[in-house]
Formats: sequence, structure tokens, C-alpha cells
Amino acid sequence: MMKFGIVQFPGSNCDSDCYYAINKVLRYPADMIWHKEKNLDGYACVILPGGFTYGDYLRVGAIARYSPIMSAVVNFAKKGGLVLGICNGFQVLTEAQLLPGALIRNSCLHFICQNQTIRVENVDSPYTKLFQKNQILQIPIAHGEGCYYADKETIDLLETNQQILFRYCDSNGGITKEANPNGSIANIAGICNKERNVFGLMPHPERCMEDCLGSIDGRLLFESIIMYLKEVILK
Amino acid sequence: MWLVRINVELKKGVLDAQGKATHQALLSLGFCHVKEVRVGKMIELKIEGRSQEDIELQVKDMCKKLLANPVIEDFKYTIEAG
Repeated sequence: MMKFGIVQFPGSNCDSDCYYAINKVLRYPADMIWHKEKNLDGYACVILPGGFTYGDYLRVGAIARYSPIMSAVVNFAKKGGLVLGICNGFQVLTEAQLLPGALIRNSCLHFICQNQTIRVENVDSPYTKLFQKNQILQIPIAHGEGCYYADKETIDLLETNQQILFRYCDSNGGITKEANPNGSIANIAGICNKERNVFGLMPHPERCMEDCLGSIDGRLLFESIIMYLKEVILK
Repeated sequence: MWLVRINVELKKGVLDAQGKATHQALLSLGFCHVKEVRVGKMIELKIEGRSQEDIELQVKDMCKKLLANPVIEDFKYTIEAG
């Protein structure tokens, strides 16, 4: 049974969007999982959705990282389970040290809410296998703390291990300073862990699943996950 | 009872966007000799414990686990009998 689990923290606000994307658009089973749960048995992929968990108090994601469900999420990830963090979910994953680095205040200081072009950097992951390398996507961003930061050694490792899956780009795919909305190092929009089963990204693929929303570029991300899971199950 | 004041600040080299914006605002108010502004946060705790050493161990632990993020922040603290 291929079931998605979407974690609801106090202050999550993209949980229903993720549910809609998976269950109503792609027609795959999904459950909402309250953050006080402690068990993830039966799930094939766990999603930490966007939002403002605990009001972003202290640091973004810092308090959600200690929600009861997070021990199960860490164990699930360590066993190779797919964990996807979108926006605030990405921030929670870095706080939980399932992904390296941190997300800090946008360099421009503003909350940014806009359509954004990003470039697919690597297709060797459960999340990007249906994309083409260098494909340009249009996926919305909406965040105040999306500036990816890590020290130079970490960035070098991300590059060497090809863990950067998406970068902010201009409409021609150019990775330029002007195309970088939030000051992220190396225009990083999304990274996976070394084992490639944990992925965090600031853009919102669940917000571009249907033509009426102006882009369906988010679909391939969820369809990649489904394809990967099918292959794993068939093995 | 002990009074603990913890200062959390961004590491040198991490872009302090709030500090930069605040600096600009101070300059535009005419405080033209301000050369740098860095914005951090102060966390105050009241905590019970037997000894200062015991409190210090706990404070270090809470800073590492929750109050500061070692990837981007440094912390320092003072402890006084309250």
C-alpha cells in the first residue's frame, strides 16, 4: 500500500494543499498525521508541509523539530523512508539535522510571495527522476526565511555529492545573482541528504498541480515519488 | 533561584539582514558615526538549582539543543543568584 503521511504541526498551513495535490489531483491515498502521534508505520512517504509552525518563534522550525512525531520522522528517514520538507518543512528538516545548513532571513528582508523559475540540477533522486536535467520550472515561493546558509565545507560537499536538486534561475535558466530571490548561497532552492531519501525545498510544488493555477510543474515532483515507490515495491 | 541571561547572535560571516537594515535606518536618522549594527536576541531564564556549575551545565545543554542553532549562531550567558 503506497500511502503518504502529511504531518500537521500547530501553525502548518499547507497541509491541506498537500493532501489535495496527492489525494484529489493524483488520486493516491494520504493521511493527515497530528504532530503528537509517535508512529509512522504503514507510510511510504512523509511530508512536512509549509506554514509557520509555532508562530516561527525562537527560530523557524526550531520548536516543531521537537514535536513528538519528529523522533519517528528521524527514525523513518534513517531507515531510508522518503521524507519531503516543503518551505517550513525544509526549515524543520534542517533544524532536525536531517539536512545540512540552515534557512535564515531573506537578504532583502521582505516576505516574498511570487512565481519563481527554478532549474533542475540533478535527476538522480526519488524526487526528481521524472524531470530532465536543466529543465526550467515555474513554481511559487512564499517565505520570509528562505536564504539557505551553510559553511563553505558543507556547500562543497553538497556540490561534490550532487545534493543540490534545484537552484533559483532566470527565465533562460541562468543561475545569476539577479535571479536569486532571497540571497541563498549558490542560488540553492532545494537539497537532499547524501542518501537522497530526505529532500527539502523552499518552493511549493503542491501549489502548481493544475492548469487553473497557472503551472503544473509541481506534478512531476510528486509523480517522481510515486514512480520511485512503485519501482521499490516491484523489486 | 538563579537568573540566567543568554545572548544569541549570528556567527560572523552569516548575513545579518536585520542588522544591515537597522544600520541603514540609524544612518538615515542622522547617527552617521554608526559603523556596524548586529541584531541578536536575549533570552532570560529563572531556574532553580543547587550550584552555579549545575546551572551552567543545563544552560549549555539547552543552548545546544534548542536556544541556539550552532550552524548559524553563537551564544554566551551570564548566571547570577536571583
